Amino acid sequence: MTDPRHPSADTASWFLSTARERLAGLLDPGSFTEFLPPTERVQSPHLALFDLPAAFDDGMVVGRGRLGKRAVLVAAQEGQFMGGTFAEVSGAKLVGLLRAARDDAKLPRIVLLLLDSGGVRLQEGNAGELAVAEVMRAIVEARGYGVTVIALVGGRAGAFGGAGLTAATCSRIAISEQGRTGVSGPEVIETNKGVEEFDSQDKALVWSVTGGRNRRLLGGADAYAGDTVAGFRDAVLALIDRAPPFDLATLRAEQRRLADRIERLGACNSAVEMWVALGIAEPQNIRNLDDTAFAEIVKGLRGAAYDAR
Amino acid sequence: MEILKVHHKTRGPAAGTIGSALVGVVASGNLEVMLERTLADTECTVEIATPVRGYDDVWKAVVTDFVERASPGGLRISINDGGARPDTVMLRLLQGVRTMEAGHD
Amino acid sequence: MTLDEILSSLFPKGHDIDPRSDHLILGTGKRANGGTVEVVGIADGEALGIEGVLPLARRVLDIVASGGKAPILVIVDTQGQLMSRRDEMLGLNEYLAHLAKCLLLASRSGHPTVGLNYGKAAAGAFLATALATDVLVALPDAEPAVMDLPSMARVTKLPEDKLKDLSQTTPVFAPGLAFMSAVGAVAQVWDPAKPLADQLEATLVAVPAGDKRDLLGAERGGRPIAAQIARRVAHQASGDDYV
Repeated sequence: MTDPRHPSADTASWFLSTARERLAGLLDPGSFTEFLPPTERVQSPHLALFDLPAAFDDGMVVGRGRLGKRAVLVAAQEGQFMGGTFAEVSGAKLVGLLRAARDDAKLPRIVLLLLDSGGVRLQEGNAGELAVAEVMRAIVEARGYGVTVIALVGGRAGAFGGAGLTAATCSRIAISEQGRTGVSGPEVIETNKGVEEFDSQDKALVWSVTGGRNRRLLGGADAYAGDTVAGFRDAVLALIDRAPPFDLATLRAEQRRLADRIERLGACNSAVEMWVALGIAEPQNIRNLDDTAFAEIVKGLRGAAYDAR
Repeated sequence: MEILKVHHKTRGPAAGTIGSALVGVVASGNLEVMLERTLADTECTVEIATPVRGYDDVWKAVVTDFVERASPGGLRISINDGGARPDTVMLRLLQGVRTMEAGHD
Repeated sequence: MTLDEILSSLFPKGHDIDPRSDHLILGTGKRANGGTVEVVGIADGEALGIEGVLPLARRVLDIVASGGKAPILVIVDTQGQLMSRRDEMLGLNEYLAHLAKCLLLASRSGHPTVGLNYGKAAAGAFLATALATDVLVALPDAEPAVMDLPSMARVTKLPEDKLKDLSQTTPVFAPGLAFMSAVGAVAQVWDPAKPLADQLEATLVAVPAGDKRDLLGAERGGRPIAAQIARRVAHQASGDDYV
């Protein structure tokens, strides 16, 4: 299957690109081979029940290619199709890719997950939820065999629900300013708990809670990427060789990291309060910084350099 | 879901050599178009799956117009529609044919 | 069954699990063969937030650190992840994933893990606990769900009645134990009228070596194609002569 490669692929916005455009720009030109390509027409057998259109790839593109000449396995979710959701087919494609990485040492030892997903597809909720559980288990098993799994978060649908848990199961996470991640999205919390709990219309609030900059400052992501294909490529290349093993020592360290976060920041009522507690000089200004200035601030923080995941 | 299948004779084969391409995404007001070079040089089929019922004539008109403009011989074209307008459909079909001509394999 | 009744039936020889104000379940039960079962979990339908995760994860890591092969039972009655701006701000996804990773590490380290759903179980909290075990069982009154039907009706913009009708056609989306069993998430439903201790021992004898839930879903017809799709992808990946 062929992808149109835009001449300005490097500077194209990651946020606005499709899954296939991201892959075409991220990987070395001409290096991508797709598994179960759309020509095999492996579509959702369930969406028609709801009178919803299917997609030839069910919104999940999996395959292999090269990044900076290194062989990688890749999976990319299409956030514009059904919110990039995990469902029977889309989930199984990712599970198959991760199990292949686990079982076949001849395959690339690096897996890139280009997440762009609101979580589980409700129309296939039980299959989707279980697919996420299988994905999380397969990530852990692959990591146990020395595979590095890196999540890239910067798409329109972010990485919420099962995708948020999937991201945090990976060895490493790269995120952009536009990247958003969490479990319950702001709208879901507002619907269930009221607007006093979380005003989903307050863009600045949503940005400060779920956005890539807050995640990077707290250590919820390991690299900060500019919102371009080149930005994510650089972030991934910087992460590839510093992935933690999956073992007791790593999870002990993650336990300390997460406990420490509650001790230091658990009493804060806003992201700005957290950033003050982290020792950031002008926390109100975090939003206005350009990417370079923000990266400088990140360098000085302990939380953002934590390794364990 | 409504399934429409349209068959056309074309003047000649579509340009290019690559085997298949996919353009667009299934989203509200958008559609995906998959093109596969699997038919005889003067044949073209377009199969459409759409949740919007009752627009057969519009689809047929757009496809006829497209075949006139692009001469997409040899192409099996499959569409998953998210409720796209006719101009968007035409845009995607032409983008697909261009990709089949110029796309890298 | 109440949690007390469940624990008594599971551990007639005794256990040290006491009710806690945070609704977490932490302790050890005695097996008939003289061995022990480590127990972690969440009770009373409590939502799981960042504070709830840490003691559970620490306990699981301590079990792994202490060695041995004691099984771990994960008992779950939770309405789902805590819906809170503050917990989201602090990275709830990392906390929930951490707990799942700890359970998966325990299983990789030789501790068979069994999930037991006796009340509710939903969404992210389900993924972090019961769905991160080697085998998930349930009691008949369990109500596992991704989302309740009224909320689902709101999100999908379909009337609740239409969703109810559709759930008769396919088990793939609707909440409930029967459907979660059909897709392969819940392996067995235990019989509350018989001693749970015996059923636990029987389950422990047959803990699957790997993740077979997609095969189970295919066998039961609830997830017809997931298993073969995963296999096809793996086959295409490994069959490739790419250098």
